[in-house]
Amino acid sequence: MRGWICAETIEPVTLHGIIGRVVRPLIVVGGILPAVVLVIRLLTGTLGADPAEDLEHSTGLTALILLLSSLAMTPLKRLTGLTALVRLRKPLGLWAFAYAVLHLSCYLVFDQSLLWGEIGRDIVKRPYITVGFAAFLILLTLAITSPAAMIRKLGGQRWQRLHRLAYVAAVLAVLHFLWLVKLDITEPAIAGMVLIGLLALRIERPGTGKAERDEVV
Amino acid sequence: MLIRRNAEIPAREITPESLYLGRREWLTAAGVTLSALAPLSLVGCRKADAVESAQEEKPTPFDVATSYNNYYEFGIGKEDPKEYAGALTTSPWSVEVVGEVAKPGFVPIETLLKGLPTVERIYRHRCVEAWSMVIPWNGIMLKDLIARLEPNSNARFVEFTTLNRPKEMIGQRGRGLPWPYVEALRLDEAMHPLTMLATGIYGRSLPNQNGAPLRLVVPWKYGFKGGKAIVKIRFTSEMPSTTWNRVLPGEYGFYANVNPEVDHPRWSQARERRVGDFLKRPTLMFNGYADQVASLYAGMDLRRNY
Repeated sequence: MRGWICAETIEPVTLHGIIGRVVRPLIVVGGILPAVVLVIRLLTGTLGADPAEDLEHSTGLTALILLLSSLAMTPLKRLTGLTALVRLRKPLGLWAFAYAVLHLSCYLVFDQSLLWGEIGRDIVKRPYITVGFAAFLILLTLAITSPAAMIRKLGGQRWQRLHRLAYVAAVLAVLHFLWLVKLDITEPAIAGMVLIGLLALRIERPGTGKAERDEVV
Repeated sequence: MLIRRNAEIPAREITPESLYLGRREWLTAAGVTLSALAPLSLVGCRKADAVESAQEEKPTPFDVATSYNNYYEFGIGKEDPKEYAGALTTSPWSVEVVGEVAKPGFVPIETLLKGLPTVERIYRHRCVEAWSMVIPWNGIMLKDLIARLEPNSNARFVEFTTLNRPKEMIGQRGRGLPWPYVEALRLDEAMHPLTMLATGIYGRSLPNQNGAPLRLVVPWKYGFKGGKAIVKIRFTSEMPSTTWNRVLPGEYGFYANVNPEVDHPRWSQARERRVGDFLKRPTLMFNGYADQVASLYAGMDLRRNY
């Protein structure tokens, strides 16, 4: 009995310890790195001929990749059995939000020169801007409600339902990407297929939903 | 200020390389007389237009103009043309002249252009994607070539076909646009003195990624109208079917005149980013050449004829 308890307690602690001590700091470094690279390239003039466009596109793409990575953690946990992976969803999601903020800022400043009337019209009139902005609002909501205190305040189930909106944000972000390209849809198509795969993995096993919720909360 | 400020002068972008000749020719083309002429003034003709009075227009650096190009024959990325266009052989080069014309046939480029007066012009270049540049072009006025080719009275349109050579044009091998790329103008647009066939930029011969050896330049239209590496000129009575119009008819029309009031279905055309700038600037009607070309479209609904 004693041995069993030891195994049960030590093993997860070790894994969580690895995630906590190694992977989470790695995510901090990995999260800052794309921004640092962009700033260095900007300062050294090694962005492309149109640096504003490069900044806008890179931050948007980074946000999307991080969002999809965050959503990939639960399926990955299922495939690998590493429950600790679930703990990476939040930091990855928050980094996705940070890059979404940078991406939106690029649009507001570089594309619109902070002309708020124009921005309002653009959001209403242009589908790819509308869905992009909607995705941002979802990420904003999720970021605000991400602290543990907010989970307690909202209640686990409500919080869980709210945070499923991350999938909606990802769908909108992929649409946003797909709608803005002129001809070559390779990149948005890849993102779309990854997202469809992730959604399929979640829908495939509806029976595990309850267990999932309990374990996450 | 030695140059009279004149509201009718829409261009004031001058490079040191082509300063004197370029400006004079431009002004001649625009039908503007000067009260005084500074032999080496670095200040171009100023437009009394509040819209952009704050920003002095500078020519786009040569390196930028030759490394940020839309030339899908060499790939879809903006840097692809510079990377892959080196594979293109531009000599020998012939242009096939066909259709409603007195002298059809294959004409070597040297013969085609021989003796035609050369011009050097600094034009704003506005892409349909809402970025822009300022480019000093050299070449000929298309109207001079058309006069030489003698189209007959049936000719109402001129069609330009771009090289189709997948062996040397990597972008033509896989997915992309239907090749060859085809663009066209109404004959009166083609005969307009602003319309050029360029053989060079910045006083040098045209780099491959910019459309060597021969490309169309129509400064009041979106850049995609300017076919590159032209191998065929066809005179016709019917409006030709053009590439982007065929691919996405709801987004790219035959006319493709720069118009800040008619948006692309997916994005605004009201403003543009001069490549290298961080902020956008207002787009000008007919790219700032309204005084010269607006009369070509008198009575036309520019919303419908986008």
